[in-house]
Amino acid sequence: MSDLVTSPQFKANARSALADVDLQNALKHVEVNFIAKRREVADRLPEFERLRDSARDIKDHTLAHLDLYLEEYERRVVESGGKVHYAVTAQDARTIVLDICRALGARTVTKGKSMIGEEIGINAFLEAHGITPVETDLGEYLIQLRHELPSHIIAPAVHLTKEQIAADFRRAHVGLPPGRDLTAPTALLAEARAVLREKFLAADVGITGANFLVAATGSSIIVTNEGNGDLTQTLPKAHIVLASIEKLVPTLEDAAQILRVLARSATGQEMSVYTTVSTGPRRAADPDGPGEYHVVIIDNGRSAMLGGEFRDMLRCIRCGACMNHCPVYHAVGGHAYGWVYPGPMGAVLTPSLVGLDKAGHLPNASTFCGRCEEICPVRIPLPRLMRHWREREFERHLSPATLRSGLRLWAFFARRPSLYGFATAALARLLRLAGRRHGRFRWLPFAGGWTRTRDFPVPQGRTFQAQWRARSRAR
Amino acid sequence: MSARDLVLGTIRRSLGVTGAEAPRRRAVEDRIAGHPAGLVPARGQGSAADKLATFVRMLELAAGTVARAGTSAEVPGEIAAFLRRHNLPMRVQRGADPLLAGMPWEREGTLEIDTGKPDPASLAAVTRAFAGVAETGTLALASGPDNPTSLNFLPDNHLVVLAAKDVVGDYETAWRRLRETYGEAMPRVVNLVTGPSRTADIEQTLILGAHGPRRLHVIIVGDAE
Amino acid sequence: MPDQRGKRVGLFVTCLVDLIRPSVGFAAAKLLEDAGCIVEVPRQSCCGQPAFNSGDRATARALAEQVIVAFESCDYVVAPSGSCAGQLKVHYPELFAGDPNWLPRAAAFAAKSFELVSFLVDVLRVSRVDAQLEGTVTYHDSCSGLRELDVRVQPRRLLGTVRGLTLKEMNDAEVCCGFGGTFCVKYPEVSTAIVAKKAANAVASGADILVAGDLGCLMNMAGKLTRDGEKIEVRHVAEVLAGMSDLPPIGAPERDRGGDQ
Repeated sequence: MSDLVTSPQFKANARSALADVDLQNALKHVEVNFIAKRREVADRLPEFERLRDSARDIKDHTLAHLDLYLEEYERRVVESGGKVHYAVTAQDARTIVLDICRALGARTVTKGKSMIGEEIGINAFLEAHGITPVETDLGEYLIQLRHELPSHIIAPAVHLTKEQIAADFRRAHVGLPPGRDLTAPTALLAEARAVLREKFLAADVGITGANFLVAATGSSIIVTNEGNGDLTQTLPKAHIVLASIEKLVPTLEDAAQILRVLARSATGQEMSVYTTVSTGPRRAADPDGPGEYHVVIIDNGRSAMLGGEFRDMLRCIRCGACMNHCPVYHAVGGHAYGWVYPGPMGAVLTPSLVGLDKAGHLPNASTFCGRCEEICPVRIPLPRLMRHWREREFERHLSPATLRSGLRLWAFFARRPSLYGFATAALARLLRLAGRRHGRFRWLPFAGGWTRTRDFPVPQGRTFQAQWRARSRAR
Repeated sequence: MSARDLVLGTIRRSLGVTGAEAPRRRAVEDRIAGHPAGLVPARGQGSAADKLATFVRMLELAAGTVARAGTSAEVPGEIAAFLRRHNLPMRVQRGADPLLAGMPWEREGTLEIDTGKPDPASLAAVTRAFAGVAETGTLALASGPDNPTSLNFLPDNHLVVLAAKDVVGDYETAWRRLRETYGEAMPRVVNLVTGPSRTADIEQTLILGAHGPRRLHVIIVGDAE
Repeated sequence: MPDQRGKRVGLFVTCLVDLIRPSVGFAAAKLLEDAGCIVEVPRQSCCGQPAFNSGDRATARALAEQVIVAFESCDYVVAPSGSCAGQLKVHYPELFAGDPNWLPRAAAFAAKSFELVSFLVDVLRVSRVDAQLEGTVTYHDSCSGLRELDVRVQPRRLLGTVRGLTLKEMNDAEVCCGFGGTFCVKYPEVSTAIVAKKAANAVASGADILVAGDLGCLMNMAGKLTRDGEKIEVRHVAEVLAGMSDLPPIGAPERDRGGDQ
């Protein structure tokens, strides 16, 4: 999964998305629900803005001391009976997970929702080696049935209609009465709950992500609404935590600060239903819990980001608020972005992880409206970071040739204001002559993209500066 | 060179440090040792009665239900009443926790108590919380020999016993209480639970009872001090 | 508040206004002169935002130097556009970060640069305008003006003093119109999808007139509305406030207003 990057086809992806009626209907829910709910819950908490500052500061402090916090964290995990594995690349991480599973003779593995899991493509890898991974987050389960990537980082199946889900269930859940009624969402959930309950109980290993790794206690924290993460990590023989290096926070108090902005930003809830702090494997006298506890700390390009222009991106707490507020995401949904991370955070993070040559469209496909930065709980300057990618692209001549030459032509004139004045006066006159009868152009050369769907106004005829200078001379 | 060395080395190189710098080490040690609290919202503050009222209000907003019991002796009766109210079999699972064990279960003759291994098929379980956090109506439950975590997740109906005096205003106080009981060594799991299990993954329709319990019923014992 | 009358205001007219709709520039000049300012128009081309947002920092910087020099003798620099004013006020200092010679000049320039309506209300303390326009107006908040420069209350306040004008908020007034400068030419289909929503919201508000402070947004929205045959008129806030609403709206032919072509 992780190796299939269709970001270079963003335009084609977007075109399909715009024509996809089911998707467009589903995206309306994103626009309406998430934004209003976040607004309401933020308005209900007077300290919300200051908590965003606090969350940003904690992340900045942690990143500035990340090496030391990692060492502290590792020590405490080991003290509590857990094991820490470091993975430099996605392949390293996959191999570590496979080795743990093989050592336990694992046949099935349950999974809590994990973006880093998607990023390293762990499911396809396990399947290729004869181990069956089962997604247990309902949204992830739904897309697993369809062999799709998530289209949103916290609501992975937000693009699906209930009719599509019912059809998938009929296809995948063999052995159930074909005449059963699957029209209501409650019926779909009941079926998923029953099917997945069996998987929870049968799993040999449970893999989760981590919203936080707490250095002071050696704990991993997962945040869910369904309770699937907890069943995933409690019932099997071993619990594997997949976490990238920037998930570290220093203390439980620091985690609490960030938790106060996480659910509120993500879904508009005061708090997610289940926030679970896990420290090591089952203790001697514990009646339940995993016998082994492994943490796979994954780098996959992030340590290099620490020293550069994109460091602020490492503050991201994966709340999804940015895509919830993004007009481009609302128009095309998550799959158009072509990889694991969509929306504004995907536009900034993806080029770092898969390369600018593949992901160049993403930071370009933004109007810089600034809504993402406005609501990011850790105040990441997303438009500025997207602009940095555009600068890199420009330096490396990756931007499309037509755009470059168009800009070069325009810049030639703009840098010579007198010449610019002549050229624009001529252009204004020309366009006015061509269009004065109708007031607008239905078509203009070089402006096909605009005039295909929009009229272009006819200029008033003489440039402002020409008129102003004429008036000033007259005075 | 191990993966660990590579990762830490790249981090240090990116940050322009060696890792041996004393001020950085001190900053990290101080923060871990001192675990300073950040900004605590005003919402959970106030008198003990305020906190209790806020806790109940927030828990109900999260679709949890609340009952009050004067003493722990009344708990079995409240549990039986809950089961009857929802037409459930008169059977409940619990761990060996002494607080729960010490309740007069025999007073509810029809109520069957199952203290065995957590049973995925069971429809109701009762566990105890070491704290309730008023600011969001959140229960804090710790795993232990007498408190199997899976009882918080497997059954359809999750009943929680919480002492009124254990309702605190904020997470910071909950962590403090945790440290008072366990020291610096954490229990294997601390579950922070805010309402019953839910999902909105199907067309953004909110449904309760995804994989975890469909109902969360909190029995608050005693009074706020 | 020191008296701002007699101050020399450099009008940064913006390349779109200069080329396509100079009446916006004249409206801005009138509003500034009515408020007691002396308006100057140094020879100018572009603020450099297209280069800046396309990653061509060198060109963006060169144009910024040009603008700073051209307007150096003005007390204020005012633009009838949130996105251009944002470039001048917020991004020019970014372009010269770390430059001991230019950064102070850029910072001083940024400090004296304003979006037009914000300048009138926040600096000149203009509380009303002398204009008339019978009809219902709905106002679109252009993104840069709103989020970079806090322009939101000011245009609504002044529009509220136009005789005969009723303000009606549309749904999602604060949501992007899909123009985004080069975005609309790089990703025209996505841009169209976004402006379609904006156009629908404007029409659904029932207003007669759609007003905003950025000509780019206005051209984009008007282009979609007239293509769809909608009757709602599209105007720049400067023209409405300056009492120039008898001009044909944006995208309409000279002779028949809101024509049926």
